[in-house]
Amino acid sequence: MPKLNEILEKQELAEGIVSLKVYAPDIAGKAKPGNFLIVRIGEGRERIPLTVAEYDNNTVTIVIQVIGNSTKEIASLKKGDIILDIAGPLGIPSHIEEKKTVCLVAGGSGCAEIYPIAKSFKEKHGKVIIIVGARSKNLLFWEDKFEKIADEFIICTNDGSKGMKGFVTTALEEVMKREKLDEVIAVGPLPMMSAVANLTRSKVKTKVSMNAIMVDGIGMCGCCRITVGGKVRFVCVDGPEFDAHEVNFDELSKRNSLYKEEESHVCRLSLK
Amino acid sequence: MKAQDPKERITNFNEVNLGYSEEEAIKEASRCLNCKVPSCVKGCPVSINIPAFIRQIREQNVQQAIKTIKESNNLPGVCGRVCPQEEQCEKNCILKKNPIRIGYLERFAADNETAIKAKKIARNNKRVAVVGSGPASLTAAADLAVMGYNVTLFEALHKTGGVLRYGIPEFRLPKSIVDKEIEYIESLGVEISKNFVIGNILSLEDLKKDFNAIFIGVGAGLPYFLNIEGENLPGVYSANEFLTRVNLMAAYDETKSETPIKKGKKTVVVGGGNVAIDAARVAKRLGSDVTIVYRRSFEEMPARKEEIEHAKEEGINFMLLTNPTKILGTNSIEGIECVKMALAEPDASGRRRPMQENGSEFVIACDQVIVAIGQGPNPLLLKDSNLKVEKEYLVVNEMLQTSDKLVFAGGDIIGGNTTVIKAMADGKTAAKNINAFLTQIQ
Repeated sequence: MPKLNEILEKQELAEGIVSLKVYAPDIAGKAKPGNFLIVRIGEGRERIPLTVAEYDNNTVTIVIQVIGNSTKEIASLKKGDIILDIAGPLGIPSHIEEKKTVCLVAGGSGCAEIYPIAKSFKEKHGKVIIIVGARSKNLLFWEDKFEKIADEFIICTNDGSKGMKGFVTTALEEVMKREKLDEVIAVGPLPMMSAVANLTRSKVKTKVSMNAIMVDGIGMCGCCRITVGGKVRFVCVDGPEFDAHEVNFDELSKRNSLYKEEESHVCRLSLK
Repeated sequence: MKAQDPKERITNFNEVNLGYSEEEAIKEASRCLNCKVPSCVKGCPVSINIPAFIRQIREQNVQQAIKTIKESNNLPGVCGRVCPQEEQCEKNCILKKNPIRIGYLERFAADNETAIKAKKIARNNKRVAVVGSGPASLTAAADLAVMGYNVTLFEALHKTGGVLRYGIPEFRLPKSIVDKEIEYIESLGVEISKNFVIGNILSLEDLKKDFNAIFIGVGAGLPYFLNIEGENLPGVYSANEFLTRVNLMAAYDETKSETPIKKGKKTVVVGGGNVAIDAARVAKRLGSDVTIVYRRSFEEMPARKEEIEHAKEEGINFMLLTNPTKILGTNSIEGIECVKMALAEPDASGRRRPMQENGSEFVIACDQVIVAIGQGPNPLLLKDSNLKVEKEYLVVNEMLQTSDKLVFAGGDIIGGNTTVIKAMADGKTAAKNINAFLTQIQ
């Protein structure tokens, strides 16, 4: 019998991106596409929001892209290690309707969130077109998984090392010309989601999954607040998915850069 | 009571009040007249036998004194520090001019307790779920465990204590005290399940399958904002966020915590409650110059007088009859625009309503703003429940029973923004009524 929150499997997915399969039956039993978890790996560590990338009866899989000190520490955990705290599933799950033609756009580690959404649309007999973008081919992962479920799977790299050379928006524009899309869902870095929103505005219904800084993740602090359609919403409990055409990306981008200095400072301290 | 020197204490997070020595405690206890009809007890929401424990302190029997307190209150170290005694027991003391410092004596007894484990209690076959782990829930859980129920307490965060943990700062309520008192409640047989988000993992309906009754004490954790321009600029915190980072996540100590906190040079805190004062004093300790902006006057301020005095001693500025209208800046905060207020006749709540003075706009330069204007109930737990609510607060009868007879509730989730001790009193009442209810339906 594995212990609660024990890491059963670790995979290096791409450069600086790992997946951890964790034994957490209570959470696994309730997880749905679009949910996230709050993870804390030890005393003195931060509470980090991470998307539920896969789940079965007893386990949840999270994907970590190393961007700062905390993610670096989570990514350095090994098989058999136990994660001190995991809370979830949090956030409102993706709304997935029957028989829809959808285009799912993922940038970088956004693939981790797009994958269960894609699977779910497919299970509901939809036509699923997936566009995945990365700077270069060494940052791509799960191509085989996407290949298996997608009706069409398009890879874009900025440097052209794999698939189309260019941004996901170029591929999306081409798809929009020939397909009658019911919905676009984009998950990735803010500039990418903002670009997708601009492209689909007044053409296709579009949702984006916002990644804001969080503390508790259960609606208590308001750190993750954003403006959507002129109203203040909390990403943790009102999201993470919002109408792409209503989100104020610029404001969130400013809010997300608040701790740049402190983060680089902590990196140098490298708490042990 | 002796306190850390203000100049010294604004450089650290250690407790401000230093507590009584044995000599001081006995001297204070000796002033008690031991009234035949003690009115102090009537002022105590949980009816501690105050004259008895004071007598026991005087007789140098501190261990007996703490036993007496714990008959009615399982969080004496907490209450001795954060209860507004001046509004309760001490206000009723017959020594009007110089009431017995009951709170200080309670704290003295709690801090000098030696045995912290409870005796083993025989269990019955009934299970009660307690949702949340703040003062209301801890009290309900402890009382039910003492009555023999199998109690499981569910907390969504990684640490228990609720507002005692994330809200009240270390220098007013050391977390070691919270730890010690929760450890005692665990030793009564309460099982604690952390990181467990009721509403998301299990619904209330799920809980009803496994438990004979449920107590909800999830507090009011949803921060209110001012809804003014510029409020989403980076550097504008809710007091909840600011305090959670510092208290729960220990962001004040960079050597122990990875959670960052922005240290302002000039901070404006908006609000006049205990939370506003706490946030202001934390910001001061992080090295900022601090101004509290409040739309009414000192008289209407809901914060404890002692805390306001402490804040003044620490050099915190107060700008009263002042209301913010706009936070200025493009990429970061440059200032806060305010207007002057005047007080009109008292409104329904009995407080004088503040009215804006036309053309009185002015700007306070600052680089950090903390909004501490209150909080409402967190909708997470109740989103899928059928429990009757009014303005998002749970509706309960005089038994503290909700519209579902198996579900009881207390603390801020039924009214909002009360005190630790009033929440505890709810926990006690609910435990008593849950017991009566479960005995009756047997």
